[in-house]
Amino acid sequence: MSDNATLLDIRNLHAAVDGQEILRGIDLRIGLGEVHALMGPNGSGKSTLAYTLMGHPRYEVTAGEVLLQGENVLEWSADERARHGMFLAFQYPVGIPGVTLANFLRTALKAESGKDVSALEFRKRLREEMRALKMDDSFATRYVNEGFSGGEKKKAEVLQLAMLRPRLAILDETDSGLDVDAIRVVADGVKRVIGPDMSVLLITHYENFLKHITPDYVHVLSKGRVVASGGRDLADRLQEEGFEPLFAELGIRDEAEAAAARG
Amino acid sequence: MAKVAQDIVSNDYQYGFHDTEDYVYKSKRGLSREIVEEISERKGEPDWMRQFRLKSLAIFQRKPLPTWGGDLSEIDFDNIYYYIKPSEKQGREWDEVPEYIKNTFDKLGIPEAERKFLAGVSAQYESEVVYHSIREDLEKQGVIFLDMDSGLREHPDIVKEYFGTVIPPADNKFSALNSAVWSGGSFIYVPPGVQVEIPLQAYFRINAENMGQFERTLIIADEGASVHYIEGCTAPIYSSDSLHSAVVELVAKKNAKIRYTTIQNWSRNVYNLVTKRAVAYDGATVEWIDGNLGSKLTMKYPGVWLMGPRAHAEILSVAFAGDGMHQDAGAKVVHAAPHTTSNIVSKSVSKGTGRTTYRGLVKVYPDAVGVRSNVRCDALLLNEESRSDTYPYMEIEEEQVSIGHEASVSKLGEEQLFYLMSRGLTEQQAALMIVNGFIEPFTKELPLEYSVELNRLIQLEMEGSVG
Repeated sequence: MSDNATLLDIRNLHAAVDGQEILRGIDLRIGLGEVHALMGPNGSGKSTLAYTLMGHPRYEVTAGEVLLQGENVLEWSADERARHGMFLAFQYPVGIPGVTLANFLRTALKAESGKDVSALEFRKRLREEMRALKMDDSFATRYVNEGFSGGEKKKAEVLQLAMLRPRLAILDETDSGLDVDAIRVVADGVKRVIGPDMSVLLITHYENFLKHITPDYVHVLSKGRVVASGGRDLADRLQEEGFEPLFAELGIRDEAEAAAARG
Repeated sequence: MAKVAQDIVSNDYQYGFHDTEDYVYKSKRGLSREIVEEISERKGEPDWMRQFRLKSLAIFQRKPLPTWGGDLSEIDFDNIYYYIKPSEKQGREWDEVPEYIKNTFDKLGIPEAERKFLAGVSAQYESEVVYHSIREDLEKQGVIFLDMDSGLREHPDIVKEYFGTVIPPADNKFSALNSAVWSGGSFIYVPPGVQVEIPLQAYFRINAENMGQFERTLIIADEGASVHYIEGCTAPIYSSDSLHSAVVELVAKKNAKIRYTTIQNWSRNVYNLVTKRAVAYDGATVEWIDGNLGSKLTMKYPGVWLMGPRAHAEILSVAFAGDGMHQDAGAKVVHAAPHTTSNIVSKSVSKGTGRTTYRGLVKVYPDAVGVRSNVRCDALLLNEESRSDTYPYMEIEEEQVSIGHEASVSKLGEEQLFYLMSRGLTEQQAALMIVNGFIEPFTKELPLEYSVELNRLIQLEMEGSVG
């Protein structure tokens, strides 16, 4: 489906958490520089896909392949994936007490690039990126995600995205829990860094975010499988109708209800 | 087998080197009245100190080993050297310091630049201070900074007035032992109103097999004076057990301020049994900043007796227990006057089979109204078999007080590790970052070079700690 050279190729991916299979055969190809939106009701497996792609040890791949420009991603630990240019913006990032955002970012930059960045240059870039996200300078000296509001956490994730400039950015509901203004700031922050060198997998269950960031492709996830793919128009349809008519058309029953019951 | 042991030593303990022993005098192993008298005589001490030592020896011999805390049953008191003197003369100038001792400093990597900041370097090598210098402006201010032996020789009146008053020999078995055989340590007197701007520092290390080290430190800050003393030390590794038992007494007079910073990294065969206590009079502040790494067993509970109104105690400590180590540490604060305040923060990290214990006491006397005290102890466990215990004792005999206590035990979190690793940090780097963050409330109180050193020591301890 992708027009560009392939960056990420997910083939028949199955994954389980605590012995329970959540992903049941995902196929998805993301080309260089493309923005893919992944939508689906609660419990459809969106976040599981995000964690599995990034290599969380609790998510066990039971079948399938994930290739990053032909290399086997599943052989790599999470840090190796990061060093190969993969990035996950967490839906619920954890706090790291006693570690300042600046120290964390500088360590991460060094770890990913393999070289030290001068303190001066680092501070200059950090300040620039923080301004773009309308973050106060004092943020840099606060402890990572400690006492951050929901919106601040999301901004901090996008700040890391902007500083680290991965090849593949997986955004796990980066729009959730934000008010209208914050969504715009965060979306602008993401748009600022999207380019030919960065592909994006945008996980969301609101269509709202997609008003700000236009995806090249839209995929719908249900019960651990991609059940529909299309362009921007698919997102528009979901915004109008919700998931149910689409699922009824595809012969998927009770998914929304089941999801609601789970969620 | 021997090869394996050697590798462990060289990998795990970078300071595990030792010089060939070249001492001027070494006492016989074991402890007796004769040894104590010989120590006193060789030092040319006044009779009252000789009597003090002998009285202390009797107390030591009478007192049983404590039955609480760590396991002390393997200490063989008869197999320890109680006094070693490396050279006859005090090295006033750097040139006079014996070459092999300079080599040791080189190996320890004491940075050149740091020396510029040193007000006086008091390097305790073995049982006695061999190098000592005081910057001129300190002398002009009337500040006395000597090793304890010289302090006794040159200022017997001050020493006699305070020595053993904060920690009497009978306080515990190990304070009695130290009082009987003490040697070296620092003696500091800061006259009224004098603010010592730069930290006074001492380095020392143990260097003989089966050698005990019993330094004795006494610091007096007179009314309105302030001083910051730093001791950092590191010991080489040896095959048989070694005993370190220091006594540190601080006297903070009216409105005085004393900060005492310690970073200790003993080799893992050392018993580190230290008694540290301060008295703080009206409006005075005493701060213990105490970091403990290494050793086989550490038992150390820095204390502050708040004797005058509005006196304040601050006790921040970090304990890191690696495989097979036991850090039994804590704090004691006695509120004996109204409106006194204290703040205790204890952070402990246990790795592998390491074990940390927080043992603390907050005591408030009757009529000490308006006392405020806050205790916070946090433990971090790195592995499944790591262990941590908390014994926070409170004896509150006054109702109009505010006492807070919070404790937490956490495990190195999978989610935190994954988060950091998703940003390219290896598992080791991620764990180290979490640990350094955990102890940050402590590290931020250290001068820069010490916080760098502490982070480096923890990095060494953390190697191979995950997975």
